[in-house]
Amino acid sequence: MVTITATSTDMFQYDFMNNAFAAAGIVAVVSGIVGYFLVMRGQTFAGHALSHIGFAGATGAGLIGLTPLWGLLGFTLAAGVVMGALSERISNRDIAIGIVLSLALGFGLLFLHYYTSFATQATALLFGNVLAVDHEMIATLAVLGAITLLTLGAIMRPLIFASLQPELAEAKGVPLRFVSTAFLAIVALAVSECAQIVGVLLVFTLMVGPPAAAQRVTTGLWSGLTLAAALALAEAWLGLTIAYYTDWPVSFCIAVLSAAGYFACLGLPTLRTRRSQDDRANQSA
Amino acid sequence: MNVVELDRATIGIAGHSVLSDVSFAIRAGEFIGVLGPNGAGKTTLMRAILGLLPPSSGMLHVFGRAPQRGDRTIGYLPQVRTVLPDLRVRGLDFIASSLDGERWGLPSLAAADRRMIEATLDSVGARDLASRPLSDMSGGERQRLLLAQALIGSPKLLLLDEPLISLDARHQEVAIDVVRKVCRDRGITVLFSAHELNQLLGTLDRVLYLGSGQAVLGTVEEVVTAPVLSRLFGTDISVVRADDHIFVMSRGRDVERVEHVHEHGHDHGHEH
Repeated sequence: MVTITATSTDMFQYDFMNNAFAAAGIVAVVSGIVGYFLVMRGQTFAGHALSHIGFAGATGAGLIGLTPLWGLLGFTLAAGVVMGALSERISNRDIAIGIVLSLALGFGLLFLHYYTSFATQATALLFGNVLAVDHEMIATLAVLGAITLLTLGAIMRPLIFASLQPELAEAKGVPLRFVSTAFLAIVALAVSECAQIVGVLLVFTLMVGPPAAAQRVTTGLWSGLTLAAALALAEAWLGLTIAYYTDWPVSFCIAVLSAAGYFACLGLPTLRTRRSQDDRANQSA
Repeated sequence: MNVVELDRATIGIAGHSVLSDVSFAIRAGEFIGVLGPNGAGKTTLMRAILGLLPPSSGMLHVFGRAPQRGDRTIGYLPQVRTVLPDLRVRGLDFIASSLDGERWGLPSLAAADRRMIEATLDSVGARDLASRPLSDMSGGERQRLLLAQALIGSPKLLLLDEPLISLDARHQEVAIDVVRKVCRDRGITVLFSAHELNQLLGTLDRVLYLGSGQAVLGTVEEVVTAPVLSRLFGTDISVVRADDHIFVMSRGRDVERVEHVHEHGHDHGHEH
């Protein structure tokens, strides 16, 4: 993992910082937008599990000499499609997902065990390594990000309908299983990108923290999406900046900002809710 | 004209027939109370009318033809099963999601659609729900929001699946009043399923009782009688009328309040 040993106060004179800002910017926007729907659908745990499955894919790819990103992408995509194809009405799906998640991490460990020279990269996979991003990776992330957002845009309307009112959506002709499978494939793409920045263990920091915070503050669809993307971007860039000046790990800084942003927003509308409850109490009195 | 017509129709889920060899016809503009125990087929009937469950035999016509999935002339209020506990979406966007929600692409909300949603919310007395997130709404408020949604798009047939569940007595009356007023004004045919007959007595035109795979449609005087219901449920039913209330009793107990008596009656019917 690259640590910052630069002493200059102008972080943008370093190529690796410029690269990090570009990569983190692309990924933050994609993560914030895709994460908004993950939070809306109550599937954040599934997103978390996908990233762990991706860890097994990345280490497995290393074992057979492939780039970790493609292993990550392949495994998360396959897992996302399988999860989507299984019925959504598995009542104890948290348990099933948790078991698959542990199994995937176990396999990741096994692959590491047989490919020991890869172990140095394990930390980067688990906790991210945004400071080592090169131009080729930025281009890859940009293409993947564009595919992710375009696909999401294509299914967004029925996705929202199916997320909010599955029974009615089914009656109106929305193919529920196709929509949920396509969405989990989109999540798999976003998770793979996100893991390049903050690592598989911390994808929550960009994919769940900012959208959850945004949904506490605003209840409109477009305002929520915009705020989720903006918050993710601000947290990613601010995290990079703090990391530059303090020499703390970037992912740590982003994780702290994500949590701080969420808990700060949690406090805001509580006041508003209490007031509206008072209003209702007064009306019925 | 018959809005819904079944002729010797058998409708089931996964090979198990819920309604078998059922025939009845609902005329345009009628308010039909759909009654019967849990599992008698109220939801199944509505899903069949929506075109989600084709009959395995016999005929089912809606507006004179086989039901088509996604029919815009049918408004539907599903029995709420999916409740996301922390849904921070405001009422306006919740309803907007259902407008052309089956189309691909990005969601959009035209000014005319927004006005239509607000006007419909107004007509059920729930204008303030447009700006409030669902996570802050009570069960009654959510139900009213869903009712408004079912009325959007000028439906000719309204399927309301247990709309009174999770409402207190006062809100139940309000909900029935709203449906009656809006549907009488617009000439909408209504299938309104409920657990209790009495609240609907002043509103319904005819009652559709489901039980033991069978269905009986008729006026309250025709259907809610000891012989008809005893035959339908396959057990001894007595009907007591008092003060504009009708009590349907099985072995001295009110079947509409004691759910397991229904189940007992149902089983009993199979034994014979």
